[in-house]
Amino acid sequence: MTCPVAIRIQEDDFDIAREIAVLTRSRTDIGAVVSFSGICRADDDSSKIAALTLEHYPGMAEEEIKRHVDEAMSRWPLNGVTVIHRVGRFMPGQNIVLVLTASQHRRAAFEAAEFLMDYLKTSAPFWKKEESAAGAGWVEAHARDDEAAARWTKS
Amino acid sequence: MKVKYFAWVRERVGKAEEIIEPPASVRTVEELIAWLSGQGEAYAYAFEKPKVIRTAIDHAHVKADAAIAGAREIAFFPPMTGG
Repeated sequence: MTCPVAIRIQEDDFDIAREIAVLTRSRTDIGAVVSFSGICRADDDSSKIAALTLEHYPGMAEEEIKRHVDEAMSRWPLNGVTVIHRVGRFMPGQNIVLVLTASQHRRAAFEAAEFLMDYLKTSAPFWKKEESAAGAGWVEAHARDDEAAARWTKS
Repeated sequence: MKVKYFAWVRERVGKAEEIIEPPASVRTVEELIAWLSGQGEAYAYAFEKPKVIRTAIDHAHVKADAAIAGAREIAFFPPMTGG
């Protein structure tokens, strides 16, 4: 089974429709594409976010995402994976991350997309800094994200 | 060896990367963090809660007891918050 993988870290925005078209172009074996986009939101619990800055560890970020894409490909029959993570400064409403998973059937695509997002949040080297009326501060990691990623660990 | 710092660890240390030469007695990540903590106020502040610090050796996550021998690049950073 062919499973092209695209992993990009970029400042520029992405076009979801275009990325799906690239993933499925000249393919007749794909029956399902799941698309997850993460968007900068204005409300985080109590404070209003004015902007978000994303920092990453160049080199490791790509490698770490690749390791999890490889893991996803070994767990589900995937026909294509695209992961795009933006870095830089974002305003509420702007795109931050895109995960596309393609498979013959929907279940594998849904599960692989969720698996990849859970690991992106807890183990890919990216950090968010929030700006609000109260000032700027680094976002703290949430235990709920670790718990979400731990669900996928085989016992 | 080359060390890199990210997010608030970078801000507290006051630099993004540097070359360090720890003594041979420093063998693990844990020992390296303890040694760095003694390199001045900025380092002491950055590494004041060593258990919170995450470490990568040559672009792969490692635990505190990992050996640093042969490492080309060691990075210290807070828990990740991407996605």
